[in-house]
Amino acid sequence: MRSEERDLAKVLVIIPAYNEAGNIGRVVAAIRRVVPECDILVVNDGSRDGTAAAAAGAGAIVLSHAFNMGYGVTIQTGYKFAHCHGYPYVVQIDADGQHDPAFIPRLLAPVMAGDTDFALGSRFLEEESYRPSFSRRLGILFFRKLVTHLIGRSVTDPTSGYQAFNREVLRFFTTDVFPCDYPDADMLITLNLAGFRIREVPVRMYANPTGKTMHSGTKPLYYMFKMCLSIFVTLLRNRKFFRRT
Amino acid sequence: MPFKQQVFALLVSLLVFVFTIEMVRQKRLREEYSVLWLFTSCIMFVLVIKYDWLVTLTNLIGAALPTSTLFTGSIVFLVLLGVQFSIKISRLSDQVKDLVQENAILRHQFEKIVKAQGTDLDSKP
Repeated sequence: MRSEERDLAKVLVIIPAYNEAGNIGRVVAAIRRVVPECDILVVNDGSRDGTAAAAAGAGAIVLSHAFNMGYGVTIQTGYKFAHCHGYPYVVQIDADGQHDPAFIPRLLAPVMAGDTDFALGSRFLEEESYRPSFSRRLGILFFRKLVTHLIGRSVTDPTSGYQAFNREVLRFFTTDVFPCDYPDADMLITLNLAGFRIREVPVRMYANPTGKTMHSGTKPLYYMFKMCLSIFVTLLRNRKFFRRT
Repeated sequence: MPFKQQVFALLVSLLVFVFTIEMVRQKRLREEYSVLWLFTSCIMFVLVIKYDWLVTLTNLIGAALPTSTLFTGSIVFLVLLGVQFSIKISRLSDQVKDLVQENAILRHQFEKIVKAQGTDLDSKP
């Protein structure tokens, strides 16, 4: 086994999934083709369809919530599992097939090389990515400016869920510090305040063919309000709160 | 304050106090949640008995009538109660979150062990 393969065997790919029976098998298989050495974990968030069975059938490790708890709680379950089992590196990818798994090695490279603690996949640095809707782009632009200003370095895609990080970030995310209600821009600010190094990596993202989104109806308004509040209180918190124990 | 109003206010405060104590005695209400109810009924009782205190308080907050002070006090009490419940619900939500996560991880471990032993999950112990 080559050293690169040995390193990849220590990686856990976490896929949070809710009612993704139609996609999950294809996503797991695509990841398996790109990084066959990695373990793949699907966290089924109380789906009402056959998501868990489809994921298990595709060869993934499956954890199932007893009921629907939301995206943030679901990915934190994955972090806790990874932490329990001592994985030094974690990749997080969406279950709807929007994130191109071909970019996993590129996302992992700076983390595994020790050049950064947290790699954030950015659809805006990769020319072949889709363009989100106007309203979504407007929201992303707002948080891009805000996060860039607050952490003092450029972040182009603060709402990206395509990420890779090391053991230290993993341990940090298993604590109560992790914002379980839409962890996006506030999480990046929290990481920065805790002294972690953040780097963006170009990744390809596709438009969701089903058009399904977790930001539908009045949710974008709640999302904007919640995120602004969360960022505000994060900035008010004492530095001791972010101490990495 | 008219005599009838005074009697009514005293009865209400006494009723709240006794009812709260009874609920705690029957273990249907935790001590933690009884504090605000008991405190408010005591304050109400004292202010009705010591009417001049109520008048002083009325002048202090700039209310027109002593009954307005009591009314404002009850609104403040309800707000505090709402806040207390929100804090408690937030804590309970966090605890439910931790339990659900732990349950998912333990269930996976359990299924793995069962599979390794070749035992049927549905078979009787």
